[in-house]
Amino acid sequence: MIKQILLAGGLSLAAIGGAAACDFQNEVPVKSLSAGFEAWKAVTDAMAKCGNFEAELDQEFRTKQPAAFAADPSLYQIGGVANGTLVPLMNEGTVRSLDNLVEKHGQNLTANQLIKINGEIMAIAMMVNAQHLMYREDLLSDLGISVPKTYDEVLAAAEKIKAAGVVEYPVGGTYKTGWNLAQEFVNMYLGMGGEFFGDGNEPSIENDKGVVALETMKKLTAFMDPEYLVSDSTYVQQQFQQGKIAMANLWASRAGAMDDPNESQVVGKVKMAGAPTAAERAASTLWWDGIVIAKNASDEQADAAFRVAMAGMNPDMVKANNDAAVWLIEGYEPGPLAQGVVETAQAGAVPYPASSQMGLMHTALGNGVADYLTGAKDAQTTLRDIANAYRTSAKEAGLIQ
Amino acid sequence: MKFKTFAAFVGPSIFLMLLFIAAPLVSVFLQSFYVTQPVFETVEVETCTPGFPTQTCVTELKTQPILGEDGKVVTEVRYVGLESYRNVLEPDRAWAALSALDFNTLLTIDFWKALRFTLTFTLVTLPLVVGVGLAIAVAVNNASRLIRGPIIFVSLLPFIITPVIGALSIRWLFIGDGIMTAFLEWWLSRDIAMFAQGWTIELLMMFYRVWHVAPFAFVVFYAGLQTVNQDTLESAIIDGASRWERLRYVVIPHLMPLIVFISLIHLMDSYRVFEEIVGFSSQAHRISLQWLTYDFLTPDDSGNRSISRASASAMLTMIGIVILLVPLLRKTWRDHKGGRV
Repeated sequence: MIKQILLAGGLSLAAIGGAAACDFQNEVPVKSLSAGFEAWKAVTDAMAKCGNFEAELDQEFRTKQPAAFAADPSLYQIGGVANGTLVPLMNEGTVRSLDNLVEKHGQNLTANQLIKINGEIMAIAMMVNAQHLMYREDLLSDLGISVPKTYDEVLAAAEKIKAAGVVEYPVGGTYKTGWNLAQEFVNMYLGMGGEFFGDGNEPSIENDKGVVALETMKKLTAFMDPEYLVSDSTYVQQQFQQGKIAMANLWASRAGAMDDPNESQVVGKVKMAGAPTAAERAASTLWWDGIVIAKNASDEQADAAFRVAMAGMNPDMVKANNDAAVWLIEGYEPGPLAQGVVETAQAGAVPYPASSQMGLMHTALGNGVADYLTGAKDAQTTLRDIANAYRTSAKEAGLIQ
Repeated sequence: MKFKTFAAFVGPSIFLMLLFIAAPLVSVFLQSFYVTQPVFETVEVETCTPGFPTQTCVTELKTQPILGEDGKVVTEVRYVGLESYRNVLEPDRAWAALSALDFNTLLTIDFWKALRFTLTFTLVTLPLVVGVGLAIAVAVNNASRLIRGPIIFVSLLPFIITPVIGALSIRWLFIGDGIMTAFLEWWLSRDIAMFAQGWTIELLMMFYRVWHVAPFAFVVFYAGLQTVNQDTLESAIIDGASRWERLRYVVIPHLMPLIVFISLIHLMDSYRVFEEIVGFSSQAHRISLQWLTYDFLTPDDSGNRSISRASASAMLTMIGIVILLVPLLRKTWRDHKGGRV
């Protein structure tokens, strides 16, 4: 009896949900696997309105996805990916070309959303993300500091803020050892105009640009919480919200949280600007998040999955969640929170150079850069050891002969 | 007991041990001598990604695996002998540092850094766990019956908590302006950052391990204390032995087999220290051998993982445990043989 009531309730809920936004009734069971941040939640909620859809939001998706998509039939029809996580799926050939599906159901897509590899559409982007400068507008204008455009200006501003003693630490940074720290080096090194690889995938980071990148990072750490090597994006976001820091190069997807009155004590005081530039260009990388469709699924499933995904990425969803991300979907009104990403892109930031060898380099950097910041090694030794660590794993992976 | 009955009882567990312990070990051992690599080709690829106001397209040379006719990546398996072990141990760098007596350089090499921490961790916590466990057991044994139950319950609590959760809760007490750090700062009136340098994290990790494991030692010792021969104790009292002398000459010799047992278990467990590294996120300052294996196995964004080096590192960890256990096992073996005569 109870079961029947529950079932009936579930059905009527599904019926109401189906009527709300989706323009068709989906009959084929569709599952998706993606990361779990706010934007994905919004999109998958909208997809669920078509019915027969199950979303798995999992921050460990990157370990699951390659194996789940390699299964035949694939365990998920829709995958949520970003620059980096598309690489293993492309390498193993487990995602399908979307050319036909876009032609059939993709009328509402903009040209900017189509991720093309050798001319074939392989993924549909829904949002972009980048690390860019967030700053306490009130503090900076009180002290008469203009918004820093370069890292030299950031350091000068930090010095002034420190002297004024208005916050606990002038600068925040996502310097947690591992992925985060490596990402900061990638930002800075690309900002200096550096190149990671030479001929035959040999590492090419042992140069002056690498040294200057490391030195700049170390100079910044002098203005950070001394526990910077354990601080990730969430930690820096909380430091901002609690008014402990005045500036940070932080992910655009965290911008919305600064004005969340439930969490933040600095509502309306944090403003966005482009990532500070290093010697050559903005020291940041551009990322996109979007969807792919599994190759190991029947054409019927793929068709349904794509239609569901398109229904999820609709203007109504974007309107309801305008500040959750910098959307690429039509209907997005770029607000003040999007300014950081736009300025960063205009200042020449490049897309994150995702590839198999970059994955290995990122790991080697994540394990190696801390030794310089703690003072265990000098800059040259640090870079040499990182290059050697990369070389070892690239040889093992077969990328270097 | 008839052999058939014996075999019927022992057979299933031997089979399961072979299946779940021996077979994976052999497989890891073999894998450490081989590498499996995809066959790569280098091609020019044009990639178009979102940009402002229009897309940015980049054409570059990409190394990508070749897909076979079945749609799977073509791989080849190669015998590499001891190369994976060399890659983990980095003997050339280690030797150069050693012969220059430059230990700081030696300790910047991952394996040796991990070994240093793992050994310190194991050997420092061992006497502490045995000592604290014994102290609690003796104290509880002497406590009045009324409060014994609650004391036992409270002292067992740390052992019940899942290791990672325990480590995380201690981390939250101390990280940033956590409650304990705030208290220490107020008490000593100076700025304290427990997670800013290695040795404070190392201390916290050891403290956590002792806190977590001592109850186990306590339970075992407490059970052992119940079997101490009361006549011997009484005669010792009549002979005028002090409390300390009774402990030293009657109780501890009686508990010796249990102390060896606890030491064996603790050596095996703490040589595989891992939860603390993850819980305290100490990777920047301190890593352990088990964490090194885990790090090799974790796939990066592009899906690469180093199975061969992970296997080699796992084998090295096992060898390390065996070397640590040899003295204790030899002692047990000698006692065992002596007992028979």
